[in-house]
Amino acid sequence: MTEIPGTIAGATIEGPAGPARGYWSNVLRRLRRDRVAVVCIVILALILLAAIFAPLVAPGDPFRTSMLRRLRPIGTPGFPLGTDELGRDMLTRLVFGGRLSLFTGIVPVINAFVIGTFLGVFAGFSGGRTNMAIMRTIDVFYAFPSVLLAIAISGALGAGIFNSIVSLTIVFVPPIARVAESVTTQVRNLDFVDAARASGAGAFTIIRVHILGNVLGPVFVYATGLVSVSMILASGLSFLGLGTKPPEAEWGLMLNTLRTAIYAQPVVAALPGAMIFTVSICFNLFSDGLRSAMDVKL
Amino acid sequence: MSGQAEIGDIGGPAQPLLAVRGLYRHFPIRGGLFNRTTAVVQAVDGIDFDVHKGETLGIVGESGCGKSTTARLLVRLLDPDRGELVYDGLSVGTQDGLSLREMRRHVQMVFQDSFASLNPRLSIADSIAFGPRVHGVGDGEAMARARDLLARVGLAPDTFGPRYPHELSGGQRQRVNIARALALRPRLVILDEAVSALDKSVEAQVLNLLQDLKAEFGLTYVFISHDLNVVRYISDRVLVMYLGRIVEIGPVDRIYEAPRHPYTRALLSAMPSMDPDRRTSEAPISGDPPNPINPPPGCRFHTRCPFASEICQTRVPELAASPLAGDHLAACHMADPSSGHPQAGTAV
Amino acid sequence: MTPLVRIEDLRVRFRTAERTVHAVNGVDLSLMPGEVVGLLGESGSGKSVTLKALLRLLPEARTTMSGRMAVAGQDVMALGGSALRAYRGSVVSMIFQEPMLAFDPVFTIGEQIAEAVRRHENADRTAARARALEMLDRVRIPSAKRRLDAYPHEMSGGMRQRAMIALALACRPKLLLADEPTTALDATVQIQILLLLRELQKEFGMGVIFVTHDIGVAVEVSDRLAVMYAGRIVERGSARDLIRAAAHPYPRGLLASTVHGAMRGRRLDAIPGAPPDLAKVPDGCAFAPRCRFADAECVSRRPDIVRIDAGHEAECRRLDAVAASAEG
Repeated sequence: MTEIPGTIAGATIEGPAGPARGYWSNVLRRLRRDRVAVVCIVILALILLAAIFAPLVAPGDPFRTSMLRRLRPIGTPGFPLGTDELGRDMLTRLVFGGRLSLFTGIVPVINAFVIGTFLGVFAGFSGGRTNMAIMRTIDVFYAFPSVLLAIAISGALGAGIFNSIVSLTIVFVPPIARVAESVTTQVRNLDFVDAARASGAGAFTIIRVHILGNVLGPVFVYATGLVSVSMILASGLSFLGLGTKPPEAEWGLMLNTLRTAIYAQPVVAALPGAMIFTVSICFNLFSDGLRSAMDVKL
Repeated sequence: MSGQAEIGDIGGPAQPLLAVRGLYRHFPIRGGLFNRTTAVVQAVDGIDFDVHKGETLGIVGESGCGKSTTARLLVRLLDPDRGELVYDGLSVGTQDGLSLREMRRHVQMVFQDSFASLNPRLSIADSIAFGPRVHGVGDGEAMARARDLLARVGLAPDTFGPRYPHELSGGQRQRVNIARALALRPRLVILDEAVSALDKSVEAQVLNLLQDLKAEFGLTYVFISHDLNVVRYISDRVLVMYLGRIVEIGPVDRIYEAPRHPYTRALLSAMPSMDPDRRTSEAPISGDPPNPINPPPGCRFHTRCPFASEICQTRVPELAASPLAGDHLAACHMADPSSGHPQAGTAV
Repeated sequence: MTPLVRIEDLRVRFRTAERTVHAVNGVDLSLMPGEVVGLLGESGSGKSVTLKALLRLLPEARTTMSGRMAVAGQDVMALGGSALRAYRGSVVSMIFQEPMLAFDPVFTIGEQIAEAVRRHENADRTAARARALEMLDRVRIPSAKRRLDAYPHEMSGGMRQRAMIALALACRPKLLLADEPTTALDATVQIQILLLLRELQKEFGMGVIFVTHDIGVAVEVSDRLAVMYAGRIVERGSARDLIRAAAHPYPRGLLASTVHGAMRGRRLDAIPGAPPDLAKVPDGCAFAPRCRFADAECVSRRPDIVRIDAGHEAECRRLDAVAASAEG
């Protein structure tokens, strides 16, 4: 190593103040200051943990029915959130229901994130005819409202958790691919990509080092916003009998089966809906917070 | 050096480091229902020139003259429609010549926008080390090289290496870009408006740095700028472009003191005077540069040229040497006594 | 004669969630009717902000302004509502670096100029259109009649700049604010616009504040120059004073680092370092950290304004040392 001059032309060049921080640590720091986002993360974490450790957390058995204590109100001793139309403990079923609901809400988005980002980055980076071919095909799916598309595919594949995940994945690939494609196209035209090409780097290296790092962030934000939609669609499919089948506990399905009790026990009947609402709004607000935290002013 | 076999000098000092032969690049503008070509931008329309070893060749011209397209053609970020690049005697991109990948180690570029040319997600050191890594230099060696270059462009490696682009000022970022361009140990660096976005006081620092680095690494520069003062300061030879063609090329002093082409003269007298007692009283030429989409036929400058005659509208003037200096070429019918221009031979 | 513009102790601060920027830190400036002042400075020196403050264009929610500004006898700070709208355009008007920002892309040039005339002068349609045509002629747009019906995007850069000048001058303002109007233009077009501005200024007899970072451009148009650094004017004087006998180390350094003429191969005498971060106002001279004449007091105490000649002032404690170094 040669001697390191800190000066050039007799002048000291001052470094930036403060510790060196990577982009993501900056984002994290800003996110921590966003109170709404933090509250949302805490709520989501609690619900997720409760779902994962449902057998430990839940007070009872989600499948034990009793014709004697059907539709008890909230606050009934032993059943803090009442019972459903078959006398099952609501609290237990809500905790267990989170497992399937979160699973069917999040997994399709993760799948679509992987597939959509791949398609979008590939299309955006290739440009030209390849881009046209991929994006126009994707636009075909765009022509249908997402709810109809999900119902149609689920209907064609048949009811079941696996099929509902497949159909939701298909629903979410186009919008994610589109966002990934537009961000990739923007990034691809920046000078640093040209500089990398001028260094002799191949397409794969450029995508890995220069494109993905700049594309994944915005696409991730977009995808977290989709989780709420996915939750609602998954619940909707169960509600229509296309997703989970009874007697499984799942919020959308519970909403459906409790529908008949809406006059007898309106509060209890609304509980699964409240869960869907809470989780999806938390995902949405978290996504907003993440978006503004990542929007670094330069 | 691990993973890098050095190609030393091949043809000796007399052989041009880069010879540009008949380079054309047109951009079709597509539109309409079937994406048909509706117009063609003649960005670079047949240019020939040499870059000598160890010199700084300045390229000046106004917007739309094709200087930035030329820069991108020289580093092959754009492929030419026609024409050839010969790097130190080796034809670029041909079977028995020099491969593109190999050429890119020797020819590097610095862009105008110091921010857009750095990846915001990579640390400064990683950005500089990227090129060497691509060419198979080991991790430790690439990082050492990045630190060394940071020091040489005047940025303390420990302070700046782990930083990210948004934490640096414009001048500091441009130093990083220069270090990045040098990381592959190139012999030719294309500087495309590299100091244009900087404040004057910072511009001066970077110009000094470029001079120092040139001497230290034995570099050759192609310095593209719209700023005639800066080009005069840094260049050995100057090339003037107008609407995709070369109008004049020659040693810097001759271009600035005895310009032969009416466009060069106009460009020079359009410079603000810097003397409050001798302010410019008359604009040398009127109007805007024409659009490169439909450039005028014949000499492209004839629509704005005060000396234009009939021949200028029909025949394209060739680049021809001055009788006074063989290395001073201009493309003007007035410089050619046999052209049929009424003032031919009067202005050389 | 009373000054057309009088700015006293103007201070402008911008607040964002993360930080506060002290953009202008006590600017005093006055301008006589019919005078052209060039406001010279690098990016972040506060020159454009001063200009925008004069037109009250700064976003009110995030901006704190203090000091006094008077233009043609009107207290600019106190203006609001319809008085402010009347003030903009008919008393003071502004031209920008990017003319596309001044024009609405969906209306023709003629419509937009005529509209401005009608808003300020209660002229009828025909008269307003006639004025628009007259203005396009004045700024030497060829075949002005046809250009009246052109949309902004149909014109070349130089023509758009001319059209913007026509728009700005349509209501005969007493003061024209020019914010780097030629920076984005090509050299051969820039000089045309500068000459046009000089000519129109004489013809209309208006005052002009011309903001630029380019010394050559400033010299071409200005009677007087004021050099800004970190939100303050550090030196002011006639164009001649500043070019020939700059006293403050910053303008001197700027001149030394500006390449011009035959100085090939010579090392540039560059000012070291970079402009200060404006998160807080420095106690002393803002240039001190980059100044080779600075001593401890320069850093701790703000220098007084020193009068060098009639109308030539500099804000520096070490003028003697600076002058001595030039002789020695």
